[in-house]
Amino acid sequence: MKARITVTLKTGVLDPQGKAIEGALKSFGLGGIESVRQGKLFEIELAAQSPAEAETRLKEACEKLLANTVVENYRIEVIG
Amino acid sequence: MRAAIITFPGINRENDIARAVTMAGGEALHAWHADADLPAKTDLVVLPGGFSYGDYLRCGAIAARAPIMAAVKAHIARGGHVLAVCNGFQIACEAGLLPGILMRNAGLKFVCRMQHLKVERTDTAFTAAYQSGQVIAVCIAHGEGNYVTDDETLAMLEGEGRVAFRYCDAAGDITKRNPNGSRNAIAGVYSENFRVLGMMPHPENLIEILVGGTDGLGLFESLMKAA
Repeated sequence: MKARITVTLKTGVLDPQGKAIEGALKSFGLGGIESVRQGKLFEIELAAQSPAEAETRLKEACEKLLANTVVENYRIEVIG
Repeated sequence: MRAAIITFPGINRENDIARAVTMAGGEALHAWHADADLPAKTDLVVLPGGFSYGDYLRCGAIAARAPIMAAVKAHIARGGHVLAVCNGFQIACEAGLLPGILMRNAGLKFVCRMQHLKVERTDTAFTAAYQSGQVIAVCIAHGEGNYVTDDETLAMLEGEGRVAFRYCDAAGDITKRNPNGSRNAIAGVYSENFRVLGMMPHPENLIEILVGGTDGLGLFESLMKAA
């Protein structure tokens, strides 16, 4: 089974890397860029009987290691 | 004082800590991240600085889940002391020994320089050798030292007097010389029972006049007296 986990900074948490990327994009003269927030993407393959079981395990992975919930949110997508 | 200094893969300040412990009159012992137990009769655990696991995922995140950390938590439960410096501070936060997280420096650059700190209180095992409100000169070397908590946690830390050190200028002005954007200029914090101290600066590197000063030695001398 394949899954994708997206970890993003919570609203209000300062993201200096996102700001630097935002500045770089604006400096190219690209129109319409308003803001950039940087996050992380994990592509995971795992053995599980069902999508629900996969989601339970991945939630544990997020809570234990992949995200620091002090400043980050995570989103799990089981792709199948 | 018997100090167990824990080495994780990628840690590089363990011998600096060992020299400081020895110079203060303590006994420096080494422990490995994969060990299940600390050396017998450990008074102090030190999580040293460096770049554990190459700072992959988040600084300190992977080391915080190492086998030895269960023994460190048991040591704290027994009333033992823990000093966590730089990457060690990041590991301690990731392991839940201290609140908050160390984020990328607000200025995006790795900052390596001398830095003044204000000692917030002198009634702890880590700071008894200092004077109240004393400004000490130590060094900093980090890219992710920006201490972040939510508002409630920050209010709790301030209310309980758990800020150990704040960044300041030579005159002790904490509104100046914040190197990384830390909230309230926080450079170090205590655990709820004041037995765990996490700090970004390196007191272990300021223990000899020959290399810039001795303001860091007081921290190790304080621990020596507490043991």
